[in-house]
Amino acid sequence: MPDKKHEKSKVRIDAHSGVPTTGHEWDGIEELNTPLPRWWVWTFWLTVLWAIAYTIVYPAWPTLSGGTHGLFGWNSRNQLTQEVTQLQVTRAPIFAKLKNASLEEIEANPDLLSAARMVGAAAFANNCAACHGAGGAGSKGYANLNDDDWIWGGHLNEIRATIEHGARWETDKATHSSSMPAFGRDGLLTPDQISILADHVRTFAELPDTVAPTAEGQKLYDDNCAACHGIEGKGNTELGAPNLTDAIWLYGSDKPTIISRIKNGGGGVMPAWSEKLDEITIKALSIYVHSLGGGQ
Amino acid sequence: MARTEQVLKKMTVSEMSLSAIFIALAFATTFIAIKAYTPVFAFHAALFSLGSLTAVFAIVTHYRSRSSEPTPQMINGRPNYNYGPIKFTAIAALFWGIAGFLVGLYLALELAYPQFNLDLPWINFGRLRPLHTSAVIFAFGGNVLLACSFYIMQRTSRARMAGVIAPWFVVLGYNFFILIAGTGYLLGVTRGHEYAEPEWYAILWLVIVWVTYLLVYLFTLAKRAEPHIYVANWFFLAFIVTVAVLVLGNNTEIPISVFSSQSVIVWAGVQDAMIQWWYAHNAVGFFLTAGFLGIMYYFIPKRTGRPIYSYRLSIVHFWSLIFLYIWAGPHHLHYTALPDWAQTLGMIFSVVLWMPSWGGMINGVMTLSGAWDKLRTDPVLRMLVVSVAFYGMSTFEGPLMSVKAVNSLSHYTDWGIGHVHSGSLGWVGFVSFGALYCLIPWVWRRQLYSLKLVNWHFWISTIGIVFYISAMWVAGIMQGLMWRAYTPQGFLEYSFVETTEALHPEYIIRAAGGGLFLIGALIMAYNIYRTIASPMIDLADDVALSASPAE
Repeated sequence: MPDKKHEKSKVRIDAHSGVPTTGHEWDGIEELNTPLPRWWVWTFWLTVLWAIAYTIVYPAWPTLSGGTHGLFGWNSRNQLTQEVTQLQVTRAPIFAKLKNASLEEIEANPDLLSAARMVGAAAFANNCAACHGAGGAGSKGYANLNDDDWIWGGHLNEIRATIEHGARWETDKATHSSSMPAFGRDGLLTPDQISILADHVRTFAELPDTVAPTAEGQKLYDDNCAACHGIEGKGNTELGAPNLTDAIWLYGSDKPTIISRIKNGGGGVMPAWSEKLDEITIKALSIYVHSLGGGQ
Repeated sequence: MARTEQVLKKMTVSEMSLSAIFIALAFATTFIAIKAYTPVFAFHAALFSLGSLTAVFAIVTHYRSRSSEPTPQMINGRPNYNYGPIKFTAIAALFWGIAGFLVGLYLALELAYPQFNLDLPWINFGRLRPLHTSAVIFAFGGNVLLACSFYIMQRTSRARMAGVIAPWFVVLGYNFFILIAGTGYLLGVTRGHEYAEPEWYAILWLVIVWVTYLLVYLFTLAKRAEPHIYVANWFFLAFIVTVAVLVLGNNTEIPISVFSSQSVIVWAGVQDAMIQWWYAHNAVGFFLTAGFLGIMYYFIPKRTGRPIYSYRLSIVHFWSLIFLYIWAGPHHLHYTALPDWAQTLGMIFSVVLWMPSWGGMINGVMTLSGAWDKLRTDPVLRMLVVSVAFYGMSTFEGPLMSVKAVNSLSHYTDWGIGHVHSGSLGWVGFVSFGALYCLIPWVWRRQLYSLKLVNWHFWISTIGIVFYISAMWVAGIMQGLMWRAYTPQGFLEYSFVETTEALHPEYIIRAAGGGLFLIGALIMAYNIYRTIASPMIDLADDVALSASPAE
């Protein structure tokens, strides 16, 4: 194909803008030879100048042993340290009040109590609410902190110990470590026995549609459960064995749930918050949780 | 000359060798499927096997049906353009687009009402989210780019696309990659790198497809009958080459076994994070920006019938854009373990990038000078121009958000989500819709069924985008302010859950906006269906088709 078109220049003046075209053409598309808009060029160079200035003021250029430090030695780690220090200064008056007072002293003194509740409420919202709920009402598998039924004890010191060391938290030696055996999975009881046992356990709390207690159920309970949950099923906070005689059930009170608990055993896990929170915050949290409604 | 076609017809070398390769691949992947560690990987290996057999079948069927002569490069003195792969990807783009928008809407509903999880692992947020992002970016966006780049490359070179099997291998192979990636997400296969979730075997396949794409592009340009290479093609080449480099850099991983879907990446810690964001930011820069600028540079002058505003600007903004973009990734890692000097460089390169980005906007919008009146009568052109406006808006917002002081408020909030959606719905979405409304009638040789429906699409989707991004601005800034609010005594004023509660109304508005955008796309699908179903028109020049009657 002879391409005569391209041998002679097709530069023409665009009638609308008065600007010449470049003389190129692709599939009907031409290009104007408009110069770069001045404001565009100026703004571009301004951003370049600003960028160069910024790299002089702030850490910017890599070197063999790290990077330049900038005129004023700013760095993000120092900024963080400053902000944290500032926060500690702001918090200092309240923390000073709470530092030397015992949990009992704090509860007895309205001024200290309101300070502890304020610190505790903020800490609770940001650390505990994810599992225990914003109001501490818990959910399936996560204890309700508003009632007076306590798995690991509801006294101030017991609450503090649970917050500090958590439950079944492997990296903390003082954590609540006891755990319910997996009676079904580990073959300690047969499925039939577990079913009878579940029926029997449900009679303690006089749950609706329970069957009458049986001697076989009683024997299974005495042999397998009473050691931790007590002869009467009242539970044991030392071992984290819940009370089975009240209307409060961590996982649910229906028979399939109870069968699943007996079969699989185990228990919930709570972090040891001493790994993350300071002593005064934990103190304040203990007071806050204790005051939610069910503290003993 | 007396001999029959049948005698002359022989399998070409590529037909024979590719059949052999695909048969070998089918055997190898069947073996892997049998020995796979997990059912999911066995399923994927089986898909590879099935895909390979289909490829052999397709090659043989094509051989039997084709004539013995090679396809003519010219017919009646005009290039015999190859539109088949373009038609396929145009339809695939519409399909994946609607699928991706639908998943996005579902995710928006899950965020507003978590009950939509339905407690099913396959559709929880964590698995659906990469399905949405990959479907809209790589499946919808990728197919739009394939369709438009193959079209523009041929038209502006005045040459038929290089290769016979290769273009089909690119478009089918790419969509097969999407299939493997997408089903993988739902079944729990992921590398856990944002926008780079597909595992090693999907990436290996993608690299083969992508290199073929580059070769098809280069060989077509080499055949061109034009003395110069049009600016759109520079952008497409930058997009193809850089995406290849990015994917290789962020996928330097070692599979734990050829029978396992899992792999271990060689980067660790902050280096991994830096490579990841170098990749992800430039996926935005080269996939969603450079590639779509290539589309803009063809369809806006074509649709307006006006010359490109400034050739010089196109050169300067092209080179400054591709030089600067590649350094901007660290702005995704402000206030992290990344060294301060790297954060600073990421930030200043992002700010300097502002004008080079706007160069594209200026060239797009100013090309309309002398044809502004067409905006009143042509909703397709309106879509193209509004896309450029959104491009200008998000490329101002991006540098702004990369400034550390702004970033400390905006980072990790919904402002980021709003920002990417003003870019993706407004810029990428609208420029794609506009281009497809031109391209589909041109390659099928049809009159677009209804400009009125395009107008509806335009307005419904524009309102949807405005709902979406304004809800996210409010949500993001509120979220950022709530996170950093302290009481006078120095304690956090709001818990995380309180910030989530506060976002609920905005999340509902966002879902409504996404819903409108989806409705717009459905209107488009209907319009396109009616267009293709209409009788073919015979016009000598496709350009004539672009002239749209006033309503």
